[in-house]
Amino acid sequence: MTVPAGAGTPVAAPAPSQVELERRLYRRQRGRRSIGVSVVSTLVVVAVVYFGVVNTPGWAAVQQSFFDPQTAVDTFPEILLGLWLNVRILFFSAIGVAVFGTLLAVVRGLRSPVFFPLRMLATGYTDLFRGLPLIIVLYLVGYGIPGLGVFPRLPAEVWGTIAIVLTYSSYIAEVLRAGMEAVHPSQRLAARSLGLSHAKTLRLVVLPQAVRKVTPALMNDFVSMQKDVGLVSILGAVDAVRSAQIAQAETYNFTPYFVAGLLFVVISLPLIRVTDAIARRQQRREQIGGTV
Amino acid sequence: MSAEGAGLEARDGSGASAPVLELRGLRKAFGEHEVLRGIDLTVHRHEVICVIGASGSGKSTLLKTVNLLEGIDDGEILLQGTDIADPRIDVDATRARIGVVFQQFNLFPHMSVLDNVTLASRQVHGVGRAEAEATAKRLLDRIGLADFAGAYPDRLSGGQQQRVAIVRAIASDPELLLLDEVTSALDPMLVGEVLDLVTELKRQGSTILMTTHEMHFARNVADRIVFLHRGEVVEQGTPAEVLDAPTHPALVEFLARVHP
Repeated sequence: MTVPAGAGTPVAAPAPSQVELERRLYRRQRGRRSIGVSVVSTLVVVAVVYFGVVNTPGWAAVQQSFFDPQTAVDTFPEILLGLWLNVRILFFSAIGVAVFGTLLAVVRGLRSPVFFPLRMLATGYTDLFRGLPLIIVLYLVGYGIPGLGVFPRLPAEVWGTIAIVLTYSSYIAEVLRAGMEAVHPSQRLAARSLGLSHAKTLRLVVLPQAVRKVTPALMNDFVSMQKDVGLVSILGAVDAVRSAQIAQAETYNFTPYFVAGLLFVVISLPLIRVTDAIARRQQRREQIGGTV
Repeated sequence: MSAEGAGLEARDGSGASAPVLELRGLRKAFGEHEVLRGIDLTVHRHEVICVIGASGSGKSTLLKTVNLLEGIDDGEILLQGTDIADPRIDVDATRARIGVVFQQFNLFPHMSVLDNVTLASRQVHGVGRAEAEATAKRLLDRIGLADFAGAYPDRLSGGQQQRVAIVRAIASDPELLLLDEVTSALDPMLVGEVLDLVTELKRQGSTILMTTHEMHFARNVADRIVFLHRGEVVEQGTPAEVLDAPTHPALVEFLARVHP
């Protein structure tokens, strides 16, 4: 029976030597010192910023119109209700982007000359939509397509979702393509040698590894998309931003915007943490050794 | 296609005596550079053929062309009598009949050992998961790696990874096994365990075409040794003939270098 390589199960470690104990003591001292330094420096920076801002001549007025607790409490329910629309748009956009973006990436990676027109189309598409500002895509899709008069009347958020999918798919496609190119060719070779077809090689071997390689970049785009979802408000969809706008018009106070902004940040946090955790678990499972 | 022991000549009626693999006038060039210059080679059932030669002699390319991972410029590759270099052939189905093991193992890092071994059975040969896993576990058990079925390849030593790669290649019972310098990336301490597994496969009747730098192994296990020099087979025969009585000057020089 073979022994697990590198499993490194210690067999009742002997008591540490004098030298090692001395080293550990030194490390502890160093650790305490650096924590002390960081606490002090953080306090100093926070204090400087706080007093710097508070002592500006217009602070009282700014605080009144941007950070008014009473307005925040009053408008919070409506903004939260609006945020629910953002979350739903985000949900459907994420699915749409995952599907369409992967499709674009795969088409761009096709090598056979038969697919030349398709590949050109995909390349042109990603070039166009990465360059086009989302807000313009939103106007074109949100006002232009319904204007054609061939589609049934759909709510603004549906067109907004389509516009977001169109734009973000082009970014995601490029990220995924980079990931696919980063998978070593020997992996494709091994898969094909087993008799796997091109499609199955992509689906079972290349894409899973590609996604792992570019997870941080994908997450970055996802968070970016999460906040851009707020742009559907320009089409009239009553989301968090729109709700804040309405509240601002009623109260003549900008605090609702601050509340909406804070909520966007708050919903992005758990996802970021969860992704970090997933990436760590994957790394622990598939890669032995430390992170140097 | 499993084969146990000897005495199996007339089992599959047609072409029972046809060699598993026959190469006729195989040619391959990369641009101006001719890597294979008319290779003729026959591999019979249950034979282990070792291809030896200096780096750049075309050994690896030869194996790649046999598995259609590399196209050829001329010649025929007959697998059980059928020319698989024919463009009308189903490439994926053909590759599924041939097992390949690479120098760098090339296990799939995102799959457990068990999934690596069962992938082809499940996805290419249409075997159910339960059955594929039972077969895989039996094979892993035989190489002493049953405990690693759920582990990911990175946990394994190079020798263990290579043995898993060999098991992956034989899991769906290929008609021919190609081994491309399977010990070249390994620590000398780990070479033995991989070569022992190859010896075991020979005993069970596998048909193997392999390239190697392990002359000692080639002498003990090969039925025939083929010496490749600048893309040509310049000498072949039993280990005794090739290794002890070389005639071609290039072979004499090659052997002098590998046997100091």
